[in-house]
Amino acid sequence: MIRIDSVTKRYPDGTVAVDRLSLEIPDRSITVLVGPSGCGKTTTLRMINRMIEPTEGTISLNGADLQQQPVTTLRRSMGYVIQNAGLFQHRTILDNIATVPRMIGWGRRKSRERAAELMERVGLDASLAKRYPYQLSGGQQQRVGVARALAADPPVLLMDEPFSAVDPVVRKGLQDELLRIQDELGKTIVFVTHDIDEAIKLGSTVAVMRTGGRLAQFAPPAELLSNPVDDFVEDFLGADRGIRRLSFFASEGLELTTDPVVRVDATAEQLAAPDAPYLLVTDAEGRPLGWAEPGDLTAGDIVAEGLLPYGRPFVPGADSLRAALDCAVLSPTGWAVAVDAGGRVTGVVSQQAVGEAIRAAHSAADTGDARAVGPADIAKVAP
Amino acid sequence: MNVLDFVNAFFSDSAQWHGYDGIPQRLLEHVQYTLMALGIAAAIGLPVGLLTGHTGRGGNAVAFVATAARALPSFGLLVLIAVVVGIGLLPVMIPLVVLAIPPILVTTYEAVRSVDPAPVDAARGMGMHEPDILLRVELPVALPLVLSGLRSAAIQVVSTATIAAYVSLGGIGRYIIDGLYQRDYEKVVGGATLVALLALATLAVFWAAERLAVSPGVRRR
Repeated sequence: MIRIDSVTKRYPDGTVAVDRLSLEIPDRSITVLVGPSGCGKTTTLRMINRMIEPTEGTISLNGADLQQQPVTTLRRSMGYVIQNAGLFQHRTILDNIATVPRMIGWGRRKSRERAAELMERVGLDASLAKRYPYQLSGGQQQRVGVARALAADPPVLLMDEPFSAVDPVVRKGLQDELLRIQDELGKTIVFVTHDIDEAIKLGSTVAVMRTGGRLAQFAPPAELLSNPVDDFVEDFLGADRGIRRLSFFASEGLELTTDPVVRVDATAEQLAAPDAPYLLVTDAEGRPLGWAEPGDLTAGDIVAEGLLPYGRPFVPGADSLRAALDCAVLSPTGWAVAVDAGGRVTGVVSQQAVGEAIRAAHSAADTGDARAVGPADIAKVAP
Repeated sequence: MNVLDFVNAFFSDSAQWHGYDGIPQRLLEHVQYTLMALGIAAAIGLPVGLLTGHTGRGGNAVAFVATAARALPSFGLLVLIAVVVGIGLLPVMIPLVVLAIPPILVTTYEAVRSVDPAPVDAARGMGMHEPDILLRVELPVALPLVLSGLRSAAIQVVSTATIAAYVSLGGIGRYIIDGLYQRDYEKVVGGATLVALLALATLAVFWAAERLAVSPGVRRR
């Protein structure tokens, strides 16, 4: 655990970058520091590896005051990833990644083997090993930056806006990759960003900081979205926090119905049976084809081209309530289509039913039923 | 007679290729003065330039020293020191070193200053020691500019080392000074041609050094 204990950073000109900040950063999870520019988030991060020394207060790692350790030893036990990667342009990709192992005295051969292993882990093709940084895209360079930070297997990883300089598509790929790597390695990660969506997506716990270097709120993302502590945090979260909070509720609890689902080769009796305003037609394997009003369907003569589109289906269990609601809103009939991993229809659910599930999830969360909002297990359901 | 005839006559005279006043001997002396002056200037200019560039402190002092040194006329300095300490190697070396320091010092300082701060921050953050940051992160990237500073210093020293002859030393300047004194223009033009050729050879050496020493990742090809 990294413990930041009433730490203040005051510069000689009187500027206060961080003001009496106290935080307990849990082990083996991602803690995000987020806030507008000038809120002291980067200063806080850089005080953890003593790139900046605090004016007052102490920072300790597993109970040991960081001030008592030699600064290079301390930094070598913490991976450091910065914006634009900061690669050494005169070294090949492999040698960039091997930097810290070489520095702590591993042999050249062992260091390079380790570097090659890390290239694979961060999703870099082995053919890039002998390239130089200028030959890589921004996203690839950032992957090298992460691999370099992980090379000596440090328990702590400090990341300073590492994905801010790449385009949104690449950024999403890097974020997913970081979550996957974190699942495998379980590092203690401190991640700085100014992007609240990134904070909510990556963080197990999020520290929202305000201008002047003070902590506004420190909470898991689901709690942040449901209970912003004041107007500043609420503003910072943005207008649609209610919708975004649904990302943290699982869609398993939705009551699906298969009544309005008919196969493309259904008989006239099967078509007449359901008492529903719309029928969902599936192919012979059960994959959705589209919606139709019961009166428009003739047994034995159903053509996929004549049906209403069914929108984007969701997968109960894998997708969140937010995804289910999105499906229902996008569907022209107001009904969301649920499918299994193989794309076969498992049922449909109306907007009303999704709405009821949302209310139920909210009241469960408010009465402290952790099943729906447990940050660790469901927090990473993709929106 | 035109200039080419002078050159032709100078180099085809077999007497020019032997003895203490022969071309090989004079070339050797000239290269020795150049290397010595360049070595001393680099031993002063490189470390000072690297350190001031790395720390960012002393930039104004560097600029002041460089400007002041550039304002000193080499020939005037030579005569002044010869008058004070007498004839010898010292009055030759001092003006040459003073001439060579500004380009080495200023370019090295600027080269290190202009290195992208991000890799330096990354290196420091991963626990690299400061001397290693300077020598293994900043210098390899700054190297093309550092070499260009050494190259301009070398070219200036090669052409200015001719003044050694004025205080009775050797070098290619011997031909020019003696030629002027003896009104032997063949010698003057031949000496000048040798200086020009030596300058070109210096360029070639630096071109090769850059190919060998600068990483393909920095050269970007």
